[in-house]
Amino acid sequence: MSRYKVPSASWLPKLVVAPSFLLSFFFIYGLIAWNGYLSLSASHMLPNYDYVGFSNYIDLFDNDRFHVALKNMLIFGVLFIGGAMALGLLLAILLDQKIRAEGVLRTVYLYPMAISFIVTGTAWKWILNPGLGIEHLVQSWGFPNFQFDWLVDDQHAIYCVVIAGIWQASGFVMALFLAGLRGIDESIIKAAQIDGASLPRIYWRIVVPSLRPVFFSTLMVVSHLSIKSFDLVVALTSGGPGYSTDLPATFMYAMSFSRGQVAMGAASATIMLCMVAAIVVPYLYSELRTKK
Amino acid sequence: MSPRALTWHRVILWTALILFAIWFLTPLYVMVVTSLKDMDQIRGGSLLSLPSSINFGSWAKAWDQACTGTDCGGLKPFFMNSVAMVVPAVAISTTIGCINGYVLSKWRFRGSEVMFAMLLFGVFMPMQVVLLPMSQILGYFGIASSIVGLIVMHVLAGIPSTTLFFRNYYVGLPDELVKAAMLDGAGFWRILWRVVLPLSTPILVVTLIWQFTNIWNDFLYGVVFSGADSKPITVGLNNLANTTSSVKEYNVDMAAALIAALPTLFVYVVAGKYFVRGLTAGAVKG
Amino acid sequence: MGALTIANVRKTFGNVEILKGIDIDVQAGEFLILVGPSGCGKSTLLNMIAGLDAPSAGTISIGDRDVTWLPPKDRDIAMVFQSYALYPNMNVAQNIAFGLEMRKVPKDKRDEAVQRVAKMLQIVPLLGRKPGQLSGGQRQRVAMGRALARDPKLFLFDEPLSNLDAKLRVEMRAEIKLLHQRTKTTTVYVTHDQVEAMTLGDRIAVMKEGVVQQFGTPEDIYARPATRFVAEFIGSPAMNMIPAVRSAAGAAANGIDLPLTAAQRDALQKNSAGKLTYGLRPEAAQLSADGVPGTLRFTEPTGPETYATVETAVGLLTLRVPGYMVAKVGDAVHVKWAAEATHLFDGESDKRIG
Repeated sequence: MSRYKVPSASWLPKLVVAPSFLLSFFFIYGLIAWNGYLSLSASHMLPNYDYVGFSNYIDLFDNDRFHVALKNMLIFGVLFIGGAMALGLLLAILLDQKIRAEGVLRTVYLYPMAISFIVTGTAWKWILNPGLGIEHLVQSWGFPNFQFDWLVDDQHAIYCVVIAGIWQASGFVMALFLAGLRGIDESIIKAAQIDGASLPRIYWRIVVPSLRPVFFSTLMVVSHLSIKSFDLVVALTSGGPGYSTDLPATFMYAMSFSRGQVAMGAASATIMLCMVAAIVVPYLYSELRTKK
Repeated sequence: MSPRALTWHRVILWTALILFAIWFLTPLYVMVVTSLKDMDQIRGGSLLSLPSSINFGSWAKAWDQACTGTDCGGLKPFFMNSVAMVVPAVAISTTIGCINGYVLSKWRFRGSEVMFAMLLFGVFMPMQVVLLPMSQILGYFGIASSIVGLIVMHVLAGIPSTTLFFRNYYVGLPDELVKAAMLDGAGFWRILWRVVLPLSTPILVVTLIWQFTNIWNDFLYGVVFSGADSKPITVGLNNLANTTSSVKEYNVDMAAALIAALPTLFVYVVAGKYFVRGLTAGAVKG
Repeated sequence: MGALTIANVRKTFGNVEILKGIDIDVQAGEFLILVGPSGCGKSTLLNMIAGLDAPSAGTISIGDRDVTWLPPKDRDIAMVFQSYALYPNMNVAQNIAFGLEMRKVPKDKRDEAVQRVAKMLQIVPLLGRKPGQLSGGQRQRVAMGRALARDPKLFLFDEPLSNLDAKLRVEMRAEIKLLHQRTKTTTVYVTHDQVEAMTLGDRIAVMKEGVVQQFGTPEDIYARPATRFVAEFIGSPAMNMIPAVRSAAGAAANGIDLPLTAAQRDALQKNSAGKLTYGLRPEAAQLSADGVPGTLRFTEPTGPETYATVETAVGLLTLRVPGYMVAKVGDAVHVKWAAEATHLFDGESDKRIG
């Protein structure tokens, strides 16, 4: 397969994309570097370009609040990713069973992705409201001793974020898996049926393994979503009670824009970048390589 | 499988599907129902109870009287800010993505694939990492707390995604169409205008919907880069729902949340399948 | 200088040399065929003539203009693609007129050209339709119409009949030939089908692995193939190839002497080849009472004739027998042929000896 290239006029396309590409590269790589430098600087309230080495990172990893944020990242990450992937896959398999109302159901499962995380957070904050929300509802059903004050309990508030997150994102995972399921060649399934395999067997031995690529790309997208989670926490719990539902993203915002600790904020942003890169770069690399 | 077992299976299937549907719809139901009650009904009843009388007062209050911090002008100014921000940002980022995608798929040159791969990282990188430097840059140009600054931010952040969408779509258009047009005497721009764009409707719709949804729903840039007069609706909503100044009016909070969600929900209901295509196109194809 | 001159054109992609030095001279009004198996470089060469690609070395001239580095629109050529490449969003009339529109031809002249071309190709009732509403054969005609409307100096065809079913292919082949007789435009036609090559071409360039193995008229190529590849590629069923060795009488296979002409014996003497390949076209051999003995293995009746495969001491031979055969599978038969109808090739280099 040869690539056709017009001998002349090959400067125009390059000229046309140059500005936006240059701007984008500066935006991505230039600013990452700038942020990296800020993290190595003595900035507090305002940027200060004196070099202080890695002391900010040391302070960062000594910081209690950052410990909480990292711990929450782990809890939230595992539960959110696991929950959304599992629920999404289940919904996709259910919807793949030739349901007449598939279109309607798909619309229902997916609509949460169309609304802002702020809206989701605001709504769930109300639902999980101790006193007037679920707690009150279940009590009114005849369980006067039911308690559900997780939202204001600093040990359990993070799980509220997990629930709201899964609610928002499972439809998205479902859409991806459904597309993957639909991409499986019907004739392979038919051949298996002729060979006498039962439906669960078919799913387990043929369908699920061929979902591997979709699984990994979905996993990557959901992981990436979870690392960036900011809006949801702000709306649902404002990072609280205290900072018990802090995540790296909210930590970064607090340090950089309300507590006058710009260098720490930059350092935490760099840590977030490393976390994302650790997942995304190997994935992109393997994708682009097999594409060749 | 006997017909009996088939029906039993289907019953379980349908039960599960409907239970899940209820779980997904309940928050929406709660929001609507709460927004139509007055505070007495809220305190007297429970989360799921229907309003005893329908009351649109909280909607009116959310729109132009509710307090969002020190101002008490409702969500209206924020809504207008969002509109002023979203329209240019969507238009510009989509246009740039279209041209980039066209070049990367039909006018490839040495290094263009590498450039594309490098651009792709921008789709995934956490934006926290550009916030601090960007606020410096926007400040330097004097647009730090303005709608223009937000538009710039959204355009820059959107170019990698829109380029990805258009490039992947245009790769599927036959190269021979472009070659035939070249032989017919059309140049770079004419081919885009007369041959490629007329065939771009599906991806154009997907990209516009995707960009509109993401930019309207964004909060991070809104809260970092806006000033007193330029906050978008997500920031307004958050301020409204989290004000600790007065007595909590949950019905107003819910009405405000619904107002903020309506534009993207409306687009989703009307053009949902394009939305899905955007999600699967951007995510599945790295 | 001919209408199209390709001089020592080479093309390298990375480490692979796709074209290894092509020299072809096309006369005005001539129908040139580039034929060969996939990967031989014929499409690459066509793209360079079109201006969609540039050679790594060598020149291409149209008339006496060196066009090697000119963009396609300045070369005054038109091309019909394998997939026709009709613009899906425009109707047939707009498709045909597009090239003229790009050259700023005024509307009335454009409409004239569209009508003229549509009448010639009998597609007038289709002018308002979009390509999606046309059949394969109709699209082919519209693609040709688009090329004709421009009245260019050179027509290029890139395997235009490959996407059609067999019957349609035969019909369209005839139409292309008639069209060429009418317009007398110089044409370069790429195909992998040797029947198209033989029926349509004034001259044929048979290509393999980036090299022109033979360049000549259909009769030349059929009667005097320059290499074993050309001999086997052109003509169906393929030429029978018998591996042979030198013998006292000239050439022999499995101990049986093979008939040779005096000229062939001469050429053999001057040649140093050790191993030989003896070629015999199916129509050159007949079943007779005497000759090389063999057994009839299977027959393929086509109507006007039958292809008979006979197992002999010199190998499996395929013959063309007129009409239906009397002999049955398993029968003992004899195969005879004249020395004048044979071709001798070097067994190693595959080049023609005589």
